[in-house]
Amino acid sequence: MADRVHPLRWGLRLLVVGYLGMLVAWPLALVVQNTFADGLHEVIATLTDPAVVHALQETAMVAMAAVVINLVFGVGVSLLLVRSRFPGRRFLSALIDLPMAVSPVVVGLALVLVYNGRTGWFGPTLESHGLQVIFALPGMVMATAFVALPLVVREVVPTLEELGQDQEQAARSLGASAAQTFRRITLPSIKWAVLYGVVLSLARSIGEYGAVKVVSGNVIGQTQTATNAVEQQYQTFQQTSAYTISFVLALASVVCIVIVSALRPQEHHA
Amino acid sequence: MSIEVSNIHKKFGDFVALDDVSLSIPTGQLTALLGPSGGGKSTVLRVIAGLEQADRGSVRIEGNDATHLPPQRRNVGFVFQHYAAFKHLSVAKNVAFGLEIRRRPKPEVQRRVAELLELVHLSQFADRLPAQLSGGQRQRMALARALAVEPTVLLLDEPFGALDAKVRKELRDWLRRLHDDVQVTTVFVTHDQEEALEVADEIVVINEGHVEQVGTPDDLYDRPANDFVMGFLGPVTRLDGRMIRPHDLEIQLDPNHGGTPGTIIRVTRIGFESRLTVATQREPEVSVVLTRAELRSLQLDVGDRVWLAPSRSAATVPALSVIDGHRRA
Repeated sequence: MADRVHPLRWGLRLLVVGYLGMLVAWPLALVVQNTFADGLHEVIATLTDPAVVHALQETAMVAMAAVVINLVFGVGVSLLLVRSRFPGRRFLSALIDLPMAVSPVVVGLALVLVYNGRTGWFGPTLESHGLQVIFALPGMVMATAFVALPLVVREVVPTLEELGQDQEQAARSLGASAAQTFRRITLPSIKWAVLYGVVLSLARSIGEYGAVKVVSGNVIGQTQTATNAVEQQYQTFQQTSAYTISFVLALASVVCIVIVSALRPQEHHA
Repeated sequence: MSIEVSNIHKKFGDFVALDDVSLSIPTGQLTALLGPSGGGKSTVLRVIAGLEQADRGSVRIEGNDATHLPPQRRNVGFVFQHYAAFKHLSVAKNVAFGLEIRRRPKPEVQRRVAELLELVHLSQFADRLPAQLSGGQRQRMALARALAVEPTVLLLDEPFGALDAKVRKELRDWLRRLHDDVQVTTVFVTHDQEEALEVADEIVVINEGHVEQVGTPDDLYDRPANDFVMGFLGPVTRLDGRMIRPHDLEIQLDPNHGGTPGTIIRVTRIGFESRLTVATQREPEVSVVLTRAELRSLQLDVGDRVWLAPSRSAATVPALSVIDGHRRA
């Protein structure tokens, strides 16, 4: 029996490794290789190009803002979903998953329909008060936040459910207010889930392309983000530049994931 | 009276958890809320603590209306069945929690925590995390944590329900002694009649959202208000349409003493006691409990004709529910 199990097992392993290699590792390795193919000076030239720098800054800014919004909103919605019962709770829960199912381009278009300054449903009102949403930072943050919205909630909800209400009720009976209970009891218990959700949504936000492209207008040096810059550089035959930005983006995501995997095991010891 | 609960109604969806419950819990005593699971006893406790809001009715604690106070302003200590230990805090920090929330000075907190850990015999575990304690130790920690804030009343929800039988018994005795030392008004919920009879000064029997009877353990045992209370406090059997405890039946071999005639159909010996099953004309199976010595001296065996009668001072109640199914009608 053992003799027959072994080849099968090895076959499965090979399949998995091969699959990941062909799909992830090899293409990413080629990106790295192509980045440095023409030497380091090309990379430095790209990374000092004001348009590229601006695009990277834009991505960082949008991703940060979206993550902060999703952090606050995500933890709040998770508490609402787990700790209270109200009509429409299941509907809200399903709604949270919607961004996973809807194509980001559609998200972008929907936001344009609502918020554009000329014909949008709500846009002209906002613009008359001096707030431009579409083709500006607010719209880009909204699109990114929308796309990454489920990630914090889906990490925190199971942890909250597992935690139960006993500890919170014990804290209340010992004199703690709702805010004190949250800060001293709930938050320390869910912090790893929150952190994991934040890192995932950061990685997702950095990589967002479609929704942001639609709402930003993709103006070089103004509203262009790094992912959109990659596409534009590639289309205009500046391959090295496209690879370099891709490399930076991939590196950021890898760093995120390495940090999480380094932190994750400590959860069991802490 | 330390706690006055008046006319409490509580529904969960369509389920009526409490239907017009009123209770007075005397100061300084150890009161048990006893009843079957789902009968509403935990809900009463949670309403007193403010962890649950009643639909109607009021709660007064030490003369103050607490009906609409949030739990943190009621000054009650609450101990949960599953300990509700703060998992990320050490034992000492768990106990200190309520004091730190109240911003007591650090030396006072330290002194008080040390005292309480001494009281619950956990001094050497002060720096451990709850996960490193046994169930019984965790529950003692939870008790110290609740006592730390010097609550007006201490509420315990099935405090020993999650522990194994031996630890359960130890903690039960220990709680009784602790209560004698600390003298705080204590209410605990249990579905274990032995626990209630052994530990409590007063017992409130709650079933199907109603209070069935309130009294001392002796009151309840000797003068049960109805068949439910009687049946809940220990094994019962029926003779001539009345409920009676099997050990309150006397067996005669001779019809001249009166009693209900029957035939022994089964004899079972369990340790020091013997159980007889007797078929009478009205009830096909009446159980009688005798000591082994009694059984031996009477020389009883299957097929013997006997006469059954309640012993003097035996508690009996009409067995209504079995007959018409509407006990309260």
